[in-house]
Amino acid sequence: MTETVLSISHLTKRFEDQIILEDLSLDIHEGEVIVIVGSSGCGKSTLLRCMNALEDIQDGEIRLRGSLIDRNARGLPELRQKIGMVFQNYELFPHLTVMDNILLAPMKVQKRRKAEAREEALALLERVGLKEKAESWPRQLSGGQKQRVAIVRALIMHPEILLFDEVTAALDPEMVREVLDVIVRLAEQGKTMIIVTHEMLFARAVADRIILIGDRQILEDSDPEQFFTAPKTEQAKKFLQTFEFRKKQTGKTDIKNAEA
Amino acid sequence: MPDLGLEVLGKGKNFVRLLDGLWIALRISLIAAAISIGAGILLGIAASRNRSVASVILRIWLGIIRIMPQMVLLFLMYYGTTRAFGWKLSGEMSAIIVFSLWGTAEMGDLVRGAVSSVPVIQKESAEALGLKPPQVYRLIILPQAVRRLIPQSINLITRMIKTTSLVTLIGVVEILKVGQQIIDANRKTSPNAAFGVYLTIFLMYYLACRPLSLAAKQLEKRWR
Repeated sequence: MTETVLSISHLTKRFEDQIILEDLSLDIHEGEVIVIVGSSGCGKSTLLRCMNALEDIQDGEIRLRGSLIDRNARGLPELRQKIGMVFQNYELFPHLTVMDNILLAPMKVQKRRKAEAREEALALLERVGLKEKAESWPRQLSGGQKQRVAIVRALIMHPEILLFDEVTAALDPEMVREVLDVIVRLAEQGKTMIIVTHEMLFARAVADRIILIGDRQILEDSDPEQFFTAPKTEQAKKFLQTFEFRKKQTGKTDIKNAEA
Repeated sequence: MPDLGLEVLGKGKNFVRLLDGLWIALRISLIAAAISIGAGILLGIAASRNRSVASVILRIWLGIIRIMPQMVLLFLMYYGTTRAFGWKLSGEMSAIIVFSLWGTAEMGDLVRGAVSSVPVIQKESAEALGLKPPQVYRLIILPQAVRRLIPQSINLITRMIKTTSLVTLIGVVEILKVGQQIIDANRKTSPNAAFGVYLTIFLMYYLACRPLSLAAKQLEKRWR
């Protein structure tokens, strides 16, 4: 077994009195692509946000290669450099150009030289097909382009692990593909990634492990073939049926109704 | 062509006197604006933290200042304090104090609003990149807040310049008062001076405020 990058043990997360996640444990190994699925509101995004301390946790601990990820720890900014995160609504900084968005953290956090960081930024932009947008403003880009810039902004920090929080959920359907393609290529390069998504076909294609969250717990932890063809648990079967059902319905109805 | 009463402006130093009056009005508002911006930024940043002492102070302060007509505040500061505390504030000093009290509260509210209007997730995405909290504030929150703030604060300054016309009521000889003096002095020879003088005053206010509101519009467009 390869080395553990991120280790979650006995995590409990509450909002006020409501328990979101309870006694949840999960290890992510080097080079693994984990896809977290589950119905809306099951806490999968919350789990992801706990992994870089955007949420406080009430019990348990999360470690990145042994270092405790703690919301109140002094060294948190240093640890966060090693955790790349991409958000649902891109969250580019609107007052900075694409290039300055990408260079901000390498220069201000890692204190890298501008020329060198810029060169890498251009190379990364080229890989996602956006080299000519380097000097554009975020508001001039489409959603799919913004999201690819956001991925580059995370990648240039050379993170040990990448977190993707429903990164295609806010996109128009025709732009989903261009973003997912980028993520698939990252998976092929062996990046360690944790992906929260509703795109089941994508999940099946990219994942090494599929994690189903529900009832505050990990309900199932399987490889994608097993998860999609022969899920171990009743809950997983039920969850997958919700997608089946939708498929049949849209298949039967004509286009006009399906759109409505 | 009707007699617009413009000829009084050519008499003696009348035009220069009006300009001097304008300068006094501008001086009061610019000094008050400078104080308001400085104090308002500090107050607003402090008040942008929820449930802070500063946010309570700002809310009460704003409540009082917004309900009270500026004229009442001017009278209170000029006449009231002389009676009650024996302060001998000049009219101009009273005006600067009142305008600063008003401007600081309004500016504080603008800053508070601008800072809190930057979405929390912008802060989170900066933190996720490993920026330290002061860096997040300096590099992400404040620049975005300032963009929202500048057009609004320029509007506040033009409102201040306009409102200086009230200080004539506490004996400050600013542009409006000078204008009235010119009209009174020429009542016999140029009975229509009221029109010419007030028109000139209008144009002077316009020329003083217009560049500011143009600048506000430009910035709004550029930072949209």
